[in-house]
Amino acid sequence: MTLANMDGGVFSLAVIQFDPSFFWHYLLQPSQGYLQGLALTFGLAVAGQTIGVVFGLLAAFARLSRAWPLRSIARGYTWIIRGTPLLVQIVFVYTALAAAGIFRFHDIDLGPFTFAGNIQAAIVALSLNEGAYMAEIIRAGILSVDPGQAEAAKSLGMTYPQSMRLVVLPQAARFVIPPLGNEFNSMLKNTSLVSVIGVQELLLSTNTLVSSTFRVFELLLVVATYYLLLTTAWGLVQSRIERYFGKSTAATDGPSFLERFAGFRLPIEADDAPEDL
Amino acid sequence: MSGGAPHDLLDAIGGAPPTTSDVVVEARDVHKWFGRLHVLKGVSMSVRRQEVVVVIGASGSGKTTFIRCLNHLERIQKGRISVNGHLIGYREVNGKLVEDKERNIAAQRQEIGMVFQRFNLFPHKTALANVILAPVQVRKMPVAEAVEMGRALLDRVGLAVKADAYPGQLSGGQQQRVAIARALAMKPALMLFDEPTSALDPEMIGEVLEVMKELAREGMTMIVVTHEMGFAREVADRVVMMDDGQIIEEGTPEHFFTSPTHERTKAFLSKIL
Repeated sequence: MTLANMDGGVFSLAVIQFDPSFFWHYLLQPSQGYLQGLALTFGLAVAGQTIGVVFGLLAAFARLSRAWPLRSIARGYTWIIRGTPLLVQIVFVYTALAAAGIFRFHDIDLGPFTFAGNIQAAIVALSLNEGAYMAEIIRAGILSVDPGQAEAAKSLGMTYPQSMRLVVLPQAARFVIPPLGNEFNSMLKNTSLVSVIGVQELLLSTNTLVSSTFRVFELLLVVATYYLLLTTAWGLVQSRIERYFGKSTAATDGPSFLERFAGFRLPIEADDAPEDL
Repeated sequence: MSGGAPHDLLDAIGGAPPTTSDVVVEARDVHKWFGRLHVLKGVSMSVRRQEVVVVIGASGSGKTTFIRCLNHLERIQKGRISVNGHLIGYREVNGKLVEDKERNIAAQRQEIGMVFQRFNLFPHKTALANVILAPVQVRKMPVAEAVEMGRALLDRVGLAVKADAYPGQLSGGQQQRVAIARALAMKPALMLFDEPTSALDPEMIGEVLEVMKELAREGMTMIVVTHEMGFAREVADRVVMMDDGQIIEEGTPEHFFTSPTHERTKAFLSKIL
């Protein structure tokens, strides 16, 4: 297949440059450094998501608090974070804060390996960003639990923390888990943005290879395939988790991954049907 | 083992719960506003130990709001409520009432059981887990002991075989019986019932009322908001008629069946009897 393009006023034909063997080689036999980039991407996503959920919980409770200063702080936090690009936040946390002399991330020596400053900054930025989105998700989840549940907990003598921990949050989890899964899917891909502060994750590892081989097309196909594998594997895990959380309250199981993938429900088998009363 | 008539409910929680005073509930001149809406206009009520009081009244009369004030699910703006001799929800500071600390309110609620119209069982927990959750987490009862008590309670309300069922797998009547067992598991000195049969299909009302009647016969102090006049006639010591945020008539069930005096009471009874 050929493409026509204009070059110095003269039509010329360019042949698409694609080297399949190069592509397959880098896809199936990635270098050690490349795999480390993959591991770093995954680690950043897990760390960013986990800490983000903690920030989100704190901000959600602050938003639901009776104390207005807490509510205002939480509202300001989500307003700023959700109103600015993640890429700007990453550069701000790492480069801008250091340039202004406010805060500089230093490498931390942990014996055999080093916790690099830019990786710390990456985790801080990713989790701060994630926290703002999780706050809204968790708040909505808590609000969608029937208020009668908290009342029943109170009437049994539970304190607010007890009723949250034992009664409300486990039920809010059912509403929170599906969007949380989608958030982690986004997080896996958003980690690529921290390449701008020099974190050698999957994308920057790819770019390094590109500059030494000039095989942009093949290598970006490789990196895209790796991201697709990560998110697909996560999709499988996610549907398992959703089934687990749905089991006690739903009369039937939710759609399986395949069913969701296909976009329709398989008929319920007789022994899956709700018990006759 | 299971099934059959409810029996020995209080025996399952180690006998009748201790009450420190003969007057279990003392509510005096209770006022409540929802915004500008004056929903309770000076309600006073005193309930003696082992007494069963049925509260009737049209919807919007304030009866549900009133019993929700008794365990401080609703704040009150004026008046005072004490249960078992303790002021509920408030403490007195220099002659003025200020809202009590959340921890203290939670402690006071332990001695007040409540059964809700919509059951409010915890859907993520089995029937048995619903019953033992608060005894284990709040009363710090050892799990083995709580399980034994929980199974006994479920057995006494006829649901021993449903101990491991989730609320979603139970009928409304079964859920409400679990809810009663759950409230009893805290060994309350007082049980509040907020229209416990109103959300039930007619054929399930009887099984719930049977449990409540048994509880009344065994000497539990109860305040029941209900329209079930048959229940009132059988077990109530006193019926209280509320209208527009006030108690307008009070008397024995017989009085209400034979010679209600207030026009509103007559009109209300003619609709539900």
